[in-house]
Amino acid sequence: MNWITNIVRPKIRALVPGRQHDLPDNMWIKCPNCGAMLFHRDLEQNHKVCPHCNHHMRLEVDKRLDLIFDNASWRTIELPKVPSDPLKFRDQKKYTERLKDYRSKTGREDAIVVAYGEISGIEAVVAAFDFNFMGGSMGISVGEGIVAAARLAILQQSPLIIIPASGGARMQEGMLSLMQMPRTTIAVTQVKEAGLPFIVLLTDPTTGGVSASFAMLGDIHIAEPGTQIGFAGARVIQETIRETLPSGFQRAEYLKDHGMVDMVVARKDLPETLGRILSILRQPLEKAKVIRLPLGVAKPALRSIGGRKADSSDNAKDSRKRTIKRARKDDSGDEPI
Amino acid sequence: MTSYLDFEKPILDLESKIEELRHLSSDGSLNIADEVGKLQGKVDRLLRDTYSSLSAAQKVQVARHGERPHFSDYIAQLMDDFIPLAGDRNYAEDQALVGGLARFDGRSCVIMGHEKGHDTESRVAHNFGMARPEGYRKAQRLMNLADQFHLPVVSFVDTAGAYPGVDAEARGQAEAIARSIETCFRVKVPFISVIIGEGGSGGAIAIAGADRVLMLEHATYSVISPEGCASILWRSAAQAAEAAEALRLTAQDLLKLGVIDEIVAEPLGGAHRHPEETISVVGAAISRHLEILAREDGATLLSRRRKKFLDMGKKGI
Ligand SMILES: [Zn+2]
Repeated sequence: MNWITNIVRPKIRALVPGRQHDLPDNMWIKCPNCGAMLFHRDLEQNHKVCPHCNHHMRLEVDKRLDLIFDNASWRTIELPKVPSDPLKFRDQKKYTERLKDYRSKTGREDAIVVAYGEISGIEAVVAAFDFNFMGGSMGISVGEGIVAAARLAILQQSPLIIIPASGGARMQEGMLSLMQMPRTTIAVTQVKEAGLPFIVLLTDPTTGGVSASFAMLGDIHIAEPGTQIGFAGARVIQETIRETLPSGFQRAEYLKDHGMVDMVVARKDLPETLGRILSILRQPLEKAKVIRLPLGVAKPALRSIGGRKADSSDNAKDSRKRTIKRARKDDSGDEPI
Repeated sequence: MTSYLDFEKPILDLESKIEELRHLSSDGSLNIADEVGKLQGKVDRLLRDTYSSLSAAQKVQVARHGERPHFSDYIAQLMDDFIPLAGDRNYAEDQALVGGLARFDGRSCVIMGHEKGHDTESRVAHNFGMARPEGYRKAQRLMNLADQFHLPVVSFVDTAGAYPGVDAEARGQAEAIARSIETCFRVKVPFISVIIGEGGSGGAIAIAGADRVLMLEHATYSVISPEGCASILWRSAAQAAEAAEALRLTAQDLLKLGVIDEIVAEPLGGAHRHPEETISVVGAAISRHLEILAREDGATLLSRRRKKFLDMGKKGI
């Protein structure tokens, strides 16, 4: 099938799997949750989940895509260029300089990757946030990535999966970052209107403007254990309202208890879960079979019932058409006024 | 009685002087008409100068001014018949976001907006205009109602933001806002939003995905409060004025960025000095846009509305 056509300027870029590792294999890492000392290589093999306490640490985008797609095989599309500093924003540092730093640090243009490939043999488009790029904050570029992913999904008639990992809107783009809430919402609405599944895989964290737009509009919401999900930041709530926060507040399990998430799924089970969901959603009820009548027997009668137009200039057919028209006129004459 | 903002000190001084003169001449022994006239001219000039060059931080103060006309004032003055509707049919009624059926300019419509309240009691009742999920779910209800009966929607935005509380989070604040935005882009009826005071982030856009977004001259519309932004990016709320400038939250900047469609001019010295005049100017603007939008077919409106928002972000300052 023609995966790539011309709508999202998709110059294919084969992805180099397994980017540079930050740490040597023999390094020890302390689990931030239980304090256990973990061998770096073991942790990587366990997809960054602590084997002692099941704490899910943040997983790099590339590794996540490797995990989700069949045979760790996937490709990205190049995203359209957008204005990168529309407000000429500067705080203690220029926004353009911050961007430059993050680009060289992550090797990415911005905080989103749009990839496609197969999950349990079903083609899917995945838009995944990179939390390492300015906290996965959503500005024009990220919004554009989601719009492009939605278009690609519609074009290819394939499901869309979005994996947020974001603190919310990117302040440095001001109101234009807020406007990514309606933009991404419209994009996923169009995917739904095309009858395609839209699945959100919530990863740590999904908050602010990202949670209050596309991320809470999935047909199905899957969350990783312990993921922070919510609108207002816990600190803001504590400071402004002076309420004590209940235990587990804004965690994936809490959201599930409160009806906002369908399931909390351990990282290692994600590929299988996604595959099962997609395979069920992609096998809709078969349409009722049309029983075809033998050719040439009852055609005129059928026409007069269904009122289908004849498509030939053939005289016999024309005269039939006229008969049908007259018949319909008579019908309408019988209707009560 | 107007309460003055810090930068209005020179105006306050002049007006006090006028007041003093009037008091002195109350027995009729002094002829002060000339003097008062001169001073009044000075006040007007000062107001014009001050208000034509407000900084972003000053606009934030004006937009939050307690005497600025609120949604309830707009309802009272503009709507011939207002039938408030209550509740989200799920959990509660939220008075931070008010709405219902109304007749405006001879036309039936659905109106909704944030209400901040005007005194301690009403401010508490309206939760200072900070809506909970129920408010946004009521907004969805109202928009769907408008769609069903083919009535235009007019929304009035005036909120510091959605309510950040434990209960709001527990009942799905994020989902309620998301669904409200989604509903804005599903209804096939004319939709006008007016930013009348503070347009606070997600709580504002939740009801402002409109065909026409109008904004009062000194209102603000921002992704985050300047204080919040300063405390994150400058690590000190003291830099709020700088943050306000950097965020481009004024109507003038947002028009350039293509985020809003039109600025509605405020009377001399801001909306809080002349509430009635402000409201009638806003009413006239709504009326003019409704007139145009009412001629369009619903499907066209919707696809244009979506396109307008999808195209945002191509223009910079
Ligand atoms: Zn652990």
